[in-house]
Amino acid sequence: MLITCPYCGPRDVIEFTYQGDGNRDRPDPASQNFEAWNAYVYDRLNPAGDHNEIWQHSGGCRAHLRVVRNTLTHEILSVAFMRGTHTSTARRKAEDKS
Amino acid sequence: MSPRRTDTGGRIDRLKTIRFTFDGAAYTGHAGDTLASALLAKGVTLYGRSFKYHRPRGLLTAGVEEPNALVTVLKGEVREPNIPATMVEIHDGLVAISQNRFPSLAWDVNAVNQLGGKILSAGFYYKTFMGPVIGPLKGTRFWMFCEHFIRRAAGLGSAGSAKDPARYERMNAFCDVLVVGSGPAGLMAAKAAADQGARVMLADLEPRFGGSANWSDETIDGAPAADWARRTVAQLAGRDNVRLLPRTTVWGYYDNNTLAALERVSDHKEQPGKGEPRHRYWAIRARSVVLATGAFERPLVFPGNDRPGVMLAHAAERYANEFGVLPGERIALFTNNDSAYRAAVALKKAGAAVVAIADVRPEPSAEMRKLAAEAEAEIFAGHAVVATEGGKALSGLKLQRFDMANGSLTGEARSIHADCLLMSGGWSPTIHLASQAGAKAEWNAARQAFLPPKSTQQWPTQHWIGAGAFTGSFSTTEAIAEGRAAGLAAAGGTSTPAALPTVEAIPCDPDPAPVFEIRAKGKSFVDFQHDVTAEDVRLAHREGFVSVEHLKRYTTLGMATDQGKSSNVPGLAIMAEALGKPIPEVGTTRFRPPFAPVSIGSLAAERFGDLKPERLTPMHDWHLANGATMYSAGLWYRPMIYGHAGETVEQAYVREAKVTRESAGIVDVSTLGKIAVQGPDAAAFLDRVYTNMFSTLAVGKARYGLMLREDGLAFDDGTTWRLGEQDFLMTTTTANAGKVMQHLEYFLDVIWPELKVHVTSVTDEWAGAAIGGPKARQILAACVTGTSVDNATLPFMGIVRGEISGVPVMICRLSFSGEMAFEVYSGAGYGTHVWEALIEAGKPFGLVTYGLEALGTMRIEKGHVTGAEIDGRTTARDLHLDWMLSKKKPFIGSAMMDREGLIASDRLELVGLIALDNRPLNGGAHIVEQIDEVNPHGSIGHITACCYSPALGKHIALALVKGGKARHGTRANVSDPLRNRFGPVEIVSNHFFDPDGSRMHG
Repeated sequence: MLITCPYCGPRDVIEFTYQGDGNRDRPDPASQNFEAWNAYVYDRLNPAGDHNEIWQHSGGCRAHLRVVRNTLTHEILSVAFMRGTHTSTARRKAEDKS
Repeated sequence: MSPRRTDTGGRIDRLKTIRFTFDGAAYTGHAGDTLASALLAKGVTLYGRSFKYHRPRGLLTAGVEEPNALVTVLKGEVREPNIPATMVEIHDGLVAISQNRFPSLAWDVNAVNQLGGKILSAGFYYKTFMGPVIGPLKGTRFWMFCEHFIRRAAGLGSAGSAKDPARYERMNAFCDVLVVGSGPAGLMAAKAAADQGARVMLADLEPRFGGSANWSDETIDGAPAADWARRTVAQLAGRDNVRLLPRTTVWGYYDNNTLAALERVSDHKEQPGKGEPRHRYWAIRARSVVLATGAFERPLVFPGNDRPGVMLAHAAERYANEFGVLPGERIALFTNNDSAYRAAVALKKAGAAVVAIADVRPEPSAEMRKLAAEAEAEIFAGHAVVATEGGKALSGLKLQRFDMANGSLTGEARSIHADCLLMSGGWSPTIHLASQAGAKAEWNAARQAFLPPKSTQQWPTQHWIGAGAFTGSFSTTEAIAEGRAAGLAAAGGTSTPAALPTVEAIPCDPDPAPVFEIRAKGKSFVDFQHDVTAEDVRLAHREGFVSVEHLKRYTTLGMATDQGKSSNVPGLAIMAEALGKPIPEVGTTRFRPPFAPVSIGSLAAERFGDLKPERLTPMHDWHLANGATMYSAGLWYRPMIYGHAGETVEQAYVREAKVTRESAGIVDVSTLGKIAVQGPDAAAFLDRVYTNMFSTLAVGKARYGLMLREDGLAFDDGTTWRLGEQDFLMTTTTANAGKVMQHLEYFLDVIWPELKVHVTSVTDEWAGAAIGGPKARQILAACVTGTSVDNATLPFMGIVRGEISGVPVMICRLSFSGEMAFEVYSGAGYGTHVWEALIEAGKPFGLVTYGLEALGTMRIEKGHVTGAEIDGRTTARDLHLDWMLSKKKPFIGSAMMDREGLIASDRLELVGLIALDNRPLNGGAHIVEQIDEVNPHGSIGHITACCYSPALGKHIALALVKGGKARHGTRANVSDPLRNRFGPVEIVSNHFFDPDGSRMHG
């Protein structure tokens, strides 16, 4: 698998560390809503298809990246820096509705 | 009559004689021979014994797909088993032996297994050895009894235990176009791509490039195909942008066009050349790939089809044309397609008599009749072979009239005298690599084969183009056209090509008759290597196996070292017939890497032995020079003890700890994780990361901090020093340095990108020495300049900057040992210099160096926690660190730490233990209320750390025990059946020594 790091260019997957499902919203830090915290800490999406993931270029620039990857084909559809691009999880909300 | 070498023909060098041995007997062959061709030339017909039944087996093929003739090659003490004799190039001094026979290949005791064929059918193991014991001869216990004998009788060659002295290499390569396979299609592709200027790699698992051109009777551009191939290879070899890889098996096709290949660099030589490895593992990243891997001929399934002397038609053609070897004198053919007729002509030309061609088709074409006439062979149209005769070599066969519409056999059987029977059941494209790359094979009814899908159906991360027989285009004319088109497309070329080479080919209809099996009495083999018969496949069906995946596992069809290269499709066809379904509905299994066996050595290459990098502190050499016994802690090496002559480990650490508490001791703490946390929001960030408050910490002070994970469990602890308003130096435990760094980076990048904080790992920038004990301050006072170290200037948790022996140092007064103690940090490069200055200053005060053992002893006496207690299952409360949980702010883990299960009263809590029988305790031992040595049970916790405490004069331990604090003052027992250590303990507070901390605050 090749991931094109926005800093470092296309690099082999062994340089990266998977940091989990990128669809999770961390609840407000002061919130005591256990349900929300439980979902954030333990629930992970596991789609067969395009997945919104967080990867760290741990063997490179160490930036965390938002990677959209097809879990069936390993196709990387997009890569962006996490920092400053942490948008809401519209995708998950859409799935919850459906 | 027997096989023999022809006087002329073939691509071997008859002037060069090579000497080797097989099963101890001396043989000769010629340069260019494989072990198979050289032995065949000497009349050898018997090469191995089959897996289950120990039936005699000969050569079935001439290539990588060989299932029968597996040999073990010996090199000194090193043995490499299960290599097809067809893939071993002979060299002087080669020593090969046959396998799976006892006492000898010709006379094998276990051949008696053939008589038990019904018992050893599909599912033999499951039926005989699984499940409960019913009667004396069933069940798992029976298996355990029989295993030794069965393992000895069934199987392949045995692996050696000698260390492999050969060298292996790994190579990464990048190219625009990787061409796999060097037949006419592959050569054309490589040439076309190279002509476009692309960087091309051409790999073939054979030593000679050219594939079928090496043994076909066709001409290309008027020259024998082999000459055309040689010319083309020479052109390619002369180009800078082409790398040729002969003897290289591309065995794996992975994501993003990453392919793995094994190059057998020097197996074919008596000695490797200077600097040459034995094997080279290639990791190739190719922009695009041309798959020109050809096709495998399929055997027909009929009784006795495994007898030595029964061979695939093209293999015989290859032995005759490429190696100048006739596999027999009187040759019969059995076929369902046209391609076998070529073999008849070739063998006739080479000097054999072709006595009969049995063709299952009622009406072979006029062209085929012409070829048969050319071979002077009688055609038996609409006939099938129903039996073979002979022992270790074929002596004859029986033909019967066969109706391919319903598979029926009629009429009298007719005997034919022959010493070699060639069979052809059609061709299966070698789609393994495409299948590995995710392509779903499609059944083609005309070709009676699974073909690779169109490239539009590929996975998006793979870019391959097929050419030649791989795509089901079996003629050389098509192969050449497709090869060039594939090469052009792979290189992104568009130029108008010149005229294609012209091929003069023998006519051949590529479509076989849909006949896979002749059902008659006797064992008909589908998978030769695993001894799976057609009846086994039907039995599996009768027993309810309908999925092809289950069929495969139950019968072990296609699961041998050849991975079903020749047996896969016949097996499916028989299964489909049993199910009454068409083959495409039954489907096929997906191929997985490796395409052919790969040496483990090549995968490891230079990475063997101790692979861990070693992390050494700046003072490492000093420790070694001063008697330290080193201990590996993760990647770090740390002094365990500085033993004196004659001391045991325990005596040494007891002395070190005792002297430290009496006067002073010094320990290397450079391994602690150190992270610079800097920026305007650094304090706010630490407030979120730690359970306690850091924004209130004054500049020039340090504070002990605790981190939780998001799930509320304890994560790591350490002190963080505020060096400036926006500048903190965080320390972590040695083991968690990397994890904490990653944790901080994650939260800054992903969760709180708005915080202006930068974290930098500075573990290796600082050397650290912790000096503690009643005289520690006096020692510092004696060597530190530029600052006072008195209580006013350097209070508990205070930080000062000064110099030691001319080197700037940072000193923080904090204590792990429980003594008045200081951590002295200097630049890593000055570590030893500062350390030596401290040692020198400490001499008049009796300063002792101490190691991990004494460090651990003193921390156990103090009841401080480490990774043994912060084990990923404990909470702050479990460790009595709840005083550190701020209520004024949220922090990582604060929301989850109060969950029901994490505040339950029966959780394991940190306690101290004192051995009441005055014997040593063991880490990991369980704590129980009542000892039961016979049936140990009722654990209420376990020991996390233990030592002999010189301060208390007792064997003590820290433990995690249910109900913890409530048990203080009560008795319990250790129960350690593995080490047979049982005995009473008293449960006490984890703060054994100086619980109010007067010594360190002092």
